[in-house]
Amino acid sequence: MRAPLRLLCVLLLGLAGLAAAQAIDPLPFKDHAQEVRFQQLTSQLRCLVCQNENLADSNAGLARDLRHEVFEQMQQGKSDDEIKQYLVARYSDFVLYDPPLQAGTVLLWFGPLLVLLGGAVAVAVTIRRRSRRAVPATPTETGDDDW
Amino acid sequence: MSRLLPFFGFLLLVALFGFGIWWNTGHDQREVPSPLIDKPAPAYALPKLDDPAQTVSKAAMLGHPYLLNVFASWCIACGEEHPVLMAEGRTLGIPVVGYNYKDAPEDAKAWLAQHGNPYDLIVADREGRTAIDFGVYGAPESFLVDAKGVIRYKRIGPFTPEAIERELKPAIAALQRETP
Repeated sequence: MRAPLRLLCVLLLGLAGLAAAQAIDPLPFKDHAQEVRFQQLTSQLRCLVCQNENLADSNAGLARDLRHEVFEQMQQGKSDDEIKQYLVARYSDFVLYDPPLQAGTVLLWFGPLLVLLGGAVAVAVTIRRRSRRAVPATPTETGDDDW
Repeated sequence: MSRLLPFFGFLLLVALFGFGIWWNTGHDQREVPSPLIDKPAPAYALPKLDDPAQTVSKAAMLGHPYLLNVFASWCIACGEEHPVLMAEGRTLGIPVVGYNYKDAPEDAKAWLAQHGNPYDLIVADREGRTAIDFGVYGAPESFLVDAKGVIRYKRIGPFTPEAIERELKPAIAALQRETP
């Protein structure tokens, strides 16, 4: 019973490895630095088809096409920003995993800070109120500060 | 009063999460808004599916509005949309141009022979390069292009008869009011 199970595990692991190897299709990079740059850039871009994956890891046909497009533009000497701009013009800011700061994304960027500030204010108010109430309460020790 | 405070906090969270559920069931989260709406369609020159020697360009299509419908024989949702286009395509009053996306020509032709051809003209983009310019990320997608070559409306996903009535036909009517 155990032997087939182990075999299955090994097979599955092998399959997973295969999938990972296929995702990174071989492209003729000029040098290692360019390959690193390519990996960095494509990992910041979202795959439109399977939206929880980045371009670097996705197996989708469109992701492959877009990787090739990015690769070609890198060969033409385009900068990372120019390539991102190219994709944003076609697929909107959605392709960027790092959303730009603009009117529509202010809440996204500063919302957590607002919540944190709100929490801090609430905590400060509560502490102040409790300590004010606690001062007259301690000498009598009636224990009315039950919360 | 202060004892009820956690309860109010809880109610607030219920309202927030409830809103989240309502908001996310109301629209397709996977839908990427096209930045190309009200912008000129990208220039293209694509071979015809049935006669690859002839190319169709954006410039040649100027002068009248048309619906560009991205489809492929491998695309399951296109199969769902197909009968709708067969039934409604001719009633739109504008040409319906098929955009065969990343498909083998013989597969596309066999698919159309089997299910019927709702298109006035079909262009083929076998590599999907021009589709990137259109911001296509899945099929089916449809673009309403006006007489000046500007994209006026985009539908992501299959057309339903309701969507045609509610979205496409009003958009076409608006175009026809502009250019009598």
